[in-house]
Amino acid sequence: MIRDLANPTRFMTLSGALLPWLAGAAAMILMVGLYMTWFTAPADYQQGETVRIMYLHVPAAWLSLFFYMIMASSAIGTLVWRHPLADVSQKAAAPIGAAFTFICLVTGSLWGKPMWGTYWQWDARLTSMLVMLLIYLGILALWRAIEEPNRAARAVSILTLVGAVNVPIVKFSVDWWNTLHQPASVFRLGGPTIHPSMLIPLLVMAAGFTLLGVTLHLSGMRTEILRRRVRTLTILEAERLDAQAA
Amino acid sequence: MRRLPDMSSHALFIASAYAITALVVVGLILRAVVDHRIQRRALAELEARGAGRRSRRG
Repeated sequence: MIRDLANPTRFMTLSGALLPWLAGAAAMILMVGLYMTWFTAPADYQQGETVRIMYLHVPAAWLSLFFYMIMASSAIGTLVWRHPLADVSQKAAAPIGAAFTFICLVTGSLWGKPMWGTYWQWDARLTSMLVMLLIYLGILALWRAIEEPNRAARAVSILTLVGAVNVPIVKFSVDWWNTLHQPASVFRLGGPTIHPSMLIPLLVMAAGFTLLGVTLHLSGMRTEILRRRVRTLTILEAERLDAQAA
Repeated sequence: MRRLPDMSSHALFIASAYAITALVVVGLILRAVVDHRIQRRALAELEARGAGRRSRRG
């Protein structure tokens, strides 16, 4: 299966068939999640209605790390195996990961103001998440700075793997340092500490956002493959015209 | 159907969070659709001009 997908033509066929289903499932699950978020999930006894920001903030934070892990795996694929789709995957994942990191930071800030009394605090979790956004933006800038795709892919892969050091720092910052941010309450030893009436809508929203992210990632990979074909054909056309003129 | 929750005290924060998230998500979707169309059109034009054919010279 993986070997089949390594062929860009085969990937285009398979992903083209899969995309409408993924997009439909993402839309449906997000609608169910939003309904649960607004009509079945209760207000928190301490945080009141502001807890509804959690259903955006937490999935966005998970997806920020998820897309970085996709990029780090793709970077290994590029540097070690030179997989033909690895750098395509890496390039398509970067803007999606950056967008989810941005959503995480903005919604966290809007949740923090009424709960903590401040939009921003330079504590370990918030700062490491901001560093994550800056790494994403650096990666996007590097892709644009180097024109030749293979050279760009190698440079971006190295930067991505260096930046991967920040992933465990984001995840464990709340355990390693004394932060304003609350510790993990879903993925933790001993099980989640959130009541099922809030946990289930949260997991449904996370599933919807994940499907949306995967749909966008596959779509971005397809576009990147087309962009590379356009680049190759443009070069071939220029060579042919030069040869005719000579 | 249940009624929407009363969020009078922090409505602006909650509404802003949802509005900004919706804007970013719609932006991502639009960018994906528009970029794909641009590349597909460019590829179709190049193929129509026979850009893939190599020169017989050399």
